[in-house]
Amino acid sequence: MNMLAFAVAAWIFCVGVYGAIVSRNLIHLALCLTVTQSSTYVLLLAIGYKHHAGAPIFKGVKLGTPAVDPVVQSLTLTDIVVSVTVIALVLALALDVHEESGTIDPDELTGMSG
Amino acid sequence: MSWALPLPVAIPLLAAALLVVIDHVTSRRVHAAIAIAATAAATGFSVLVLVAAEGHVVLHWFGGWHPGGGVALGIAFAADPLGAGMAALAGVLSLFALVYSWTYMREESGSFDVLVLTFTGAMAGFALTGDIFNMFVWFELMGVSAYALAGFKVRELGPLQGAVNFAITNTLAAYMILTGIALLYARTGALNLAQIGRDLAGHPPDRLVVVSLTLLFAGLLVKAAIVPFHFWLADAHASAPAPVCVLFSGVMVELGIFFVARLYWTVFEGPLHVHAVPMRDVLVGLGVLTMLVGAFMCFLQRHLKRLLAYSTIAHAGLMLAGIALLDPKSLAGVADLVAAHAFLKGGLFLACGLVLRQLRHIDELRLRGLGRQTPATGVLWFAGAVGLLGVPYVGSFAGHALIDDGGIAGGYGWLPTVAMVATAVCSGAMLRAGARVFLGWGAADDPILSDEPEEKAPAREASVRLMTGVTALMIALGLIASVVPGLVQRTETGAQRFADRAAYTARVLHGTPVPLPPRPPVIVESSTAASLEYGVGALLVALAVAALGLWHGRLPRAVGARAGRFLGPPVAILRAGHSGIVGDYLLWITAGTVVIGGVWAFTLAQS
Amino acid sequence: MRDRHVVRGLLALPAVGGLGALLAWGFSGLPPFGDFHGFYGQLLNAIVLPQRHTTNVVTAIVFDYRGFDTMGEEFILFAAVVGVVILLRENNAGMTRAAQADFVRSDAIRFFGVPILGLVVLVGLWLAAFGLVTPGGGFQGGVAIASGIVVLYLTVGYRHWHRLGDERRLDPFEGIGAGAYVAVGIAALIAGAPFLHNLLGPGTPGTLFSGGSMSILNWAVAIEVAAANLVLYTEFLQRLVAPKELER
Repeated sequence: MNMLAFAVAAWIFCVGVYGAIVSRNLIHLALCLTVTQSSTYVLLLAIGYKHHAGAPIFKGVKLGTPAVDPVVQSLTLTDIVVSVTVIALVLALALDVHEESGTIDPDELTGMSG
Repeated sequence: MSWALPLPVAIPLLAAALLVVIDHVTSRRVHAAIAIAATAAATGFSVLVLVAAEGHVVLHWFGGWHPGGGVALGIAFAADPLGAGMAALAGVLSLFALVYSWTYMREESGSFDVLVLTFTGAMAGFALTGDIFNMFVWFELMGVSAYALAGFKVRELGPLQGAVNFAITNTLAAYMILTGIALLYARTGALNLAQIGRDLAGHPPDRLVVVSLTLLFAGLLVKAAIVPFHFWLADAHASAPAPVCVLFSGVMVELGIFFVARLYWTVFEGPLHVHAVPMRDVLVGLGVLTMLVGAFMCFLQRHLKRLLAYSTIAHAGLMLAGIALLDPKSLAGVADLVAAHAFLKGGLFLACGLVLRQLRHIDELRLRGLGRQTPATGVLWFAGAVGLLGVPYVGSFAGHALIDDGGIAGGYGWLPTVAMVATAVCSGAMLRAGARVFLGWGAADDPILSDEPEEKAPAREASVRLMTGVTALMIALGLIASVVPGLVQRTETGAQRFADRAAYTARVLHGTPVPLPPRPPVIVESSTAASLEYGVGALLVALAVAALGLWHGRLPRAVGARAGRFLGPPVAILRAGHSGIVGDYLLWITAGTVVIGGVWAFTLAQS
Repeated sequence: MRDRHVVRGLLALPAVGGLGALLAWGFSGLPPFGDFHGFYGQLLNAIVLPQRHTTNVVTAIVFDYRGFDTMGEEFILFAAVVGVVILLRENNAGMTRAAQADFVRSDAIRFFGVPILGLVVLVGLWLAAFGLVTPGGGFQGGVAIASGIVVLYLTVGYRHWHRLGDERRLDPFEGIGAGAYVAVGIAALIAGAPFLHNLLGPGTPGTLFSGGSMSILNWAVAIEVAAANLVLYTEFLQRLVAPKELER
């Protein structure tokens, strides 16, 4: 139980990477990358977690009450925005690729080989 | 000078936002003028910071959150000479790119300037930051701007594919970096580089440190285009417009290498220190592999921008080997090499833009002999190719010489020879392409070379005079880089400061100013006989390679057949590896990370 | 090579397995779950309320202690939107004028759409406004505002939506949101303080006016995020919906 959250993070990272490697569809590939990214959310939040501690919000709570680490939460917030934007860009590229070539299977896009 | 430190980032970003606000009410010309002015101002402030940083590390704590008791509360920019130099270099190259684009990119929308500005700001932030998560933020901003710039020319399949491969591989790299950062935060509870380094120091490297080192370095080496993480680079360069390639090849790739050095000297030097030998061996090995693969692939290209892109990979390998020697002298050599390479390679890419503008093609074979009408462009091309060789006192010579000396001193006596051959093959390929295009020499067809999609030529209104002027200025600056009085000494003192973790930590966390030793008087240092020999040797090898590329059809049949049997299989394997398929690239990145991590797990980890 | 992806899938198994082993090995060196004593976070939990009078520590980190990260992050969003616009808008140009004949068929959607729109936008504004006090903030609020406005598309159809989502009207907001963040930073420099220094002082704890400059940054982010999301929706909708409406 002790390390379960970290094991989950490692698992999600690998699942996303595997999916991205074998993907036959650029949109699927973009989503696999978001899966990999979610591993970083799990990892960050799990690192900052403390047993028997509340959220780092001190509205109606006495200062000094145990709270989980707030830094990893703000890092996660940044991380989420980064993920959304990169995915938007990859999806836009995928749309254009589809328009130009009629396929979004990376294996059929070999104009760049050699 | 602390107040000037945020400006190389803030000014371009503010200008980018301004351009979007006024996008629909002003003309393209006004946009370009604002972008150029903002980049010039940002560069000016970078240079101010650089001058101040030669005294001692310049600090800026954002929001005024100064550290208390050696604990950082906020984010710091910490500019040392090399970091400020990288920021200034990014600014200068953006300035060249924007001026060149004044007419070259005229058909495109004003968004081009916006993206170049965000890219410039991000590169400056990346070079100046002293905070590991802040580095990630600039890494991503650099990435997002660059992916969009690589896919800039819509309606063409080639560019889109290059941009897709670039975006996907570099995104995976970013997640590896972030995981590495999370591990370091879990161990030290800190994000400031100096603070992480201080907290890790004194403990031997354990599994967490080794895995975090692997993930961070692998992620950065993707940006740095080191084999086997390099595949995206040639695709992205073939896609991106010539002025954007200047930024990609001239400074973005180098920033990846720069931060590997930054991380080692601020964070990992503490725990690794006496155990660093396996890390050094692996990185030097990767550097050498990268040089050889880059040079080989370079020789096989006929798409001129792709040819230059592979030569950038070879040079990136040399730069990595240079920093991996973990010796301030070769680190200084890398800094000199980066400066010379940025201008020369940038100038060569701009020359590609000129070729495309004047001759409407970018393919070496299709251009054969056409370049006789454009002698000026030809002269620039040959000058750039020779400058990259390391011929004594020309172009990248100083950098090569220092790295060679460092290699010999560090027990890698064979390194200079490999570097000489790799750079000579790259320059030889450029000379071959130049001779074919501008002189009409050599065979009209060559089955060895890879066929690639052509690129859309720019508008005929693009001013050749302006473009030639910018290109010539860049190449001229690159050619004199080795003989600028005092430059070598300055980079050497800068590199010493860069590698002094104790001074950096004291300065960042406690504000203790540790002034540099007084700079020695400017003297023209005599180069060692060995580096002179290597420079001359490189020129001879390059000429031989160029001649072979042009006239290998005239070799006696027996020799040709034997060479084909000998070289055929590796060529075929390398070609098949560079498949253009993004899944393959991701597999290479994963496998490469596992191999590097595995080696370090068994050699570096003490527990 | 039809089987290329099969070969790749087989080769990927050991590679990804190795990556998993590497990660698991490294993660096993982490401090035990639930027992983290990072000094940085503990320190901030203790000092944010006294120093900054904001009760939401995460927001204080995002907009003040590490507000510079957030500036970079805003520009990541900004640059990505500019990139998407470049990729999609130029190809969209020919299509929009043809897409006139779209309509919403369901009365229920038309009837409930407008109140829902109002409600979601209101929730978004509330999230943004109280971000320094309770959970929420400019990012969350901005996303909610944008998605509220997207309800308009569902309710009144693409034609009216497109009128609202006109790029000439939307783009400037994106620039204003991102630019305002940098402007607040530079204003502090001009006043002789460090970049992004909180010039306006901490304010009253637990109220809308806590946090000083943070509340301006919070709103700048809300504007930027809402505008950026709307531009993204508009461009993707234009690409995907406009041709379909045309076919009908």
